[in-house]
Amino acid sequence: MPGHSSEMVSGGKNPGRDGWTSSGRLAMRRRLTDRIATILSYAATAVSIIALSSILWTLLVRGLPGLSLITFTHSTASPGMQGGLANAIIGSIIQTVLSIMIGAPLGLLCGIYLADYGRGTLSQIIRFVSDMLLSAPSILIGLFIYQLLVVPTGHFSGYAGALALAILALPIVVRTTEDMLRLVPVSMREAGIALGAAKWRVTLFICLRAAQSGVMTGILLAVARVSGETAPLLFTSLGNLDWSVNPAGPMASLPVTIYQYAGSSYDDWVQLAWTGALLVTFGVLAINIAVRTGFGRNRT
Amino acid sequence: MSNTAAMTEPAPQKSAENPRSGAGEHKGDRLFRYAVIGSGLTVLATLGGIIIVMMVGGAKAFGTFGPAFLTTSVWNPVTQHFGALAPVVGTVLTSVIGLLLAVPVAFGAAFWLTQLASSRMASVVGMAVQLLAAVPSIIFGMWGFFVIVPIMAHYVEPTLQHSIGKLPVLGALVKGAPFGTGLLTGGIILAVMVTPFITAVMRDVFASVPAVLKESAFGLGATRWEVMHKVMLPWSRSAVVGSIVLGMGRAMGETMAVTFVIGNSNHISWSLFAPGNTIASLIALEFPESPAGSLKLSGLMALGTILMALSFLALCTSRLLIGSGTKEKR
Repeated sequence: MPGHSSEMVSGGKNPGRDGWTSSGRLAMRRRLTDRIATILSYAATAVSIIALSSILWTLLVRGLPGLSLITFTHSTASPGMQGGLANAIIGSIIQTVLSIMIGAPLGLLCGIYLADYGRGTLSQIIRFVSDMLLSAPSILIGLFIYQLLVVPTGHFSGYAGALALAILALPIVVRTTEDMLRLVPVSMREAGIALGAAKWRVTLFICLRAAQSGVMTGILLAVARVSGETAPLLFTSLGNLDWSVNPAGPMASLPVTIYQYAGSSYDDWVQLAWTGALLVTFGVLAINIAVRTGFGRNRT
Repeated sequence: MSNTAAMTEPAPQKSAENPRSGAGEHKGDRLFRYAVIGSGLTVLATLGGIIIVMMVGGAKAFGTFGPAFLTTSVWNPVTQHFGALAPVVGTVLTSVIGLLLAVPVAFGAAFWLTQLASSRMASVVGMAVQLLAAVPSIIFGMWGFFVIVPIMAHYVEPTLQHSIGKLPVLGALVKGAPFGTGLLTGGIILAVMVTPFITAVMRDVFASVPAVLKESAFGLGATRWEVMHKVMLPWSRSAVVGSIVLGMGRAMGETMAVTFVIGNSNHISWSLFAPGNTIASLIALEFPESPAGSLKLSGLMALGTILMALSFLALCTSRLLIGSGTKEKR
């Protein structure tokens, strides 16, 4: 009898009452919690899908009527004239490419530093600062570049826009690179070192490759964010109503053009804003889809 | 020869473990170390530059108005009188509303994607969430203005006024004409915007929890929710915090989406339906009429400094709260 009671106290292994089997009260509660969490997570997913569908539907309905060949061949024009978005499209592409060319390599290296090299106070400071940059509002970065480049040179420029966008891309790449590199098992790194590989080779060709998909997600998020950014460009590349491919001068970009035209009182400008919105959104989404399905093929 | 090379190999490895003794290090390793440290320092210099430039730019406004800059809600270019209270309150309110709505939805979606969905469904829906994350902020603004604002004005806000409008405290939150624009709508747009960002990172993080951990928990009889709550969340805590920080950063400084739906009024009221302003939307709207060197531009830079301080504060508190919260439980 004493033996039996001590077993009850210490283990509580009495079948049917301990929560592991189907009849106990605890088991019911655990199952109910699980069921509620399941239903709520279905609902949460549905909300995201509905939001996306609604946005895409609105863009198609309002943007498609204005889409024609002229959109791609003509620059923006005054109201009443047949205008297109050619200058904005090329301006957006140039500034985005420039910014990723600056931001992504820096971000990768900094992420590697934080994951593999940083052990002291300096790395903690840099990690914290990178997080701060991540939450630094894009409009502030616009103001910063405005004071740094636009005021001294005396004019707005595409380079200033690209630099502002690069600062936005940088911390996103840093954060995801570090997170993903940290998830690479230590044994993989040790295996590389045991084979006599130099540390930088282990980092670049073993760890970074293992973390590839996560790191690319980070760069993608950066591209997605950068190519649709309006706020920093307002103060740096300003926008340009004429055709311009020279980043040394003011440069048009799709988001800024959309912003300027969406609030205007001319119907054809508002229409052009919707068409631009359709283009920029589907352009960004197409890049996303292409790169993601490309990953899938690489992996298999 | 190859044998001796293999024999001397351990020495450089030892030095690689201690980065300060660079004597026996590979040449490539040393160059690589300089490169990564250099890029780390560039990040430091960038933020340092932003802080210095903003403070120097805002010094004129801070000097002119003193501490009163923070406590007045006047924004009058004619009398050259500027105060920061209204946009600061608007920024904090919209972001908090946005995150309160976004974090549960993002977590639920990430839970569904990693634990409940079949792999085919997860890849399709995961792609959709990624695409929502990729939609530029200005699109959210236009969509919010043309789709969400009418819904708010015709259905949501009147319903809220009917249901909780007569309660003593909550009633004050829903007072005023239901125009559809205002702080609540701004918060909702922010929520829709940051949800996919948080979801995407959370999903990547949950997906990289080692299968062995999950399987052993399932093997002990844990339900899916328990595996998420007691195994995956503690394992991936810092990255989950990172995802929320990512969302918070976006919400506070978001300009374009908010500018379309906030109503743009420098007025503080208790009602969530009242038109308001955020720091970012005010800067975007007023910048074109602020020539370089003017007091108004300095006021905008001062506002920017406050915004920077706010996002810094949010980053610190979210880290503290979530860090200590999970520690207590375990």
